[in-house]
Amino acid sequence: MKKIGFYITFTVFFLVGHAQDLLKGVEDSLPATEKVKAAFKSTRVINAHSIEMVARHNLDFRIMHRFGFISDGIKQLYGLDQASMRISFDYGITDNFTVGFGRSTFRKELDGFVKKRFLQQSKGLHAMPFSLVIAAGAVIYTEESFATIKPNTADRTAYYIQLLIGRKCNSRFSFQFSPILVHTNMPLNAADDQKIFGWGGGGRYKFSRRMAFTFDYHHPVGKLDSIYTSPLSMGVDIETGGHVFQLQFSNATGMNERAYLTQTTGRFFKGNIRFGFNLSRMFKTGKRKAA
Amino acid sequence: MKIIIVFLFFAALPFCLFAQQKLITKNATVSFYSFTPVENIEAKNNKLISVWDTATSHIEFSVLIKGFEFEKALMQEHFNEDYLESDKYPKAIFKGSIVGAHKIYLTVAGSYTTAVTGALTLHGITKQITAPAIIIVKNKAISATATFNILLADYAIKVPSLVADNISKNILIKIVVPSYQPFATK
Repeated sequence: MKKIGFYITFTVFFLVGHAQDLLKGVEDSLPATEKVKAAFKSTRVINAHSIEMVARHNLDFRIMHRFGFISDGIKQLYGLDQASMRISFDYGITDNFTVGFGRSTFRKELDGFVKKRFLQQSKGLHAMPFSLVIAAGAVIYTEESFATIKPNTADRTAYYIQLLIGRKCNSRFSFQFSPILVHTNMPLNAADDQKIFGWGGGGRYKFSRRMAFTFDYHHPVGKLDSIYTSPLSMGVDIETGGHVFQLQFSNATGMNERAYLTQTTGRFFKGNIRFGFNLSRMFKTGKRKAA
Repeated sequence: MKIIIVFLFFAALPFCLFAQQKLITKNATVSFYSFTPVENIEAKNNKLISVWDTATSHIEFSVLIKGFEFEKALMQEHFNEDYLESDKYPKAIFKGSIVGAHKIYLTVAGSYTTAVTGALTLHGITKQITAPAIIIVKNKAISATATFNILLADYAIKVPSLVADNISKNILIKIVVPSYQPFATK
């Protein structure tokens, strides 16, 4: 009889035990591979492309500004009297393919690019430790030339290809390597190399839910006039709904790939720093495909 | 001999009971709505899991936050990154029971108006909620719906003042279970 009692007790315990955690063992059938998103808040770290893409059928309208050198002092209101800007439209044809074009005041340059994500970082069953993106573009300057032999369109053109390999390590920290090759058909300084390779990278550290520190750096390799330096930028990203404000300090004037890699003049650690900001506004066009 | 049979009966009892009394669904839908004069926002997740023990009237729900789909990709990113922090708090879980379950006859066709009460864990915070629900029994198929509201402040979901007009403080949540299936024990 005692044993029966034991079994009844056991049965009751089993009932109670089960009722407490009905979901146990049920949840395992969920998608095993999960894409890692939002390594950076924007499609540019500061100057350089980031491993982020514009989502399908979204349009990223960007206004980028760089003021003069802070070291110019009060006469130039610490650089705020001068401004160089780039305005651009980037469009996501698919989630992994972006096209964009921009116009910079610096040398009145037009630039266009295509950007394709080949690998996206993911975790779970088929984990991928990093994202791999390739961006390629062309830059044409349209400002008037005072050279005796006028440059034609080809002479005014430069091309670039950039490999981006990056990883979101945790919800706060992401980094990327972004080696780049720029080919300028006719460099401004005739002694400079046509092909300039740049190694570099960038990163971000999110210190609050909507704000992050960012930096990017590239070191040009090749024969360049000694006035040209390595572009280094440090900034803060502030995200507010559909806008991302990127405030930064940088020594680069130009905001396209040719300009920042081969025509940066300031020495960052000698105070040749420009204040600047990028403003990104995302617009959605069309209906999103139901996934 | 008799005693052994009784033993076996009791030993087998829990397994038999559960095989028949637990209902499950893995493709229920949870959607939420934020209505403001500026903007209406909605998102949907059709991977809601629910297990209902009809013997004890306990019911549980679980859903992955990352599975919510918005019309705007950027909004979805912000929802995960800034509002719900889905890396830190990947799931929303409800554990509760059906009020007045003894008045629901799952073998008798009909529409039963009832309520579900229990603890909702979201964004790392657990609060008691009660949601009116309707359970429909038709041709032996059991479906259910529930609607309730939650306050973002209750779950420490902060909305920056800049977009405070775009996001309602009071979020409407709709649960739709198209059909509960008998729990298949392995």
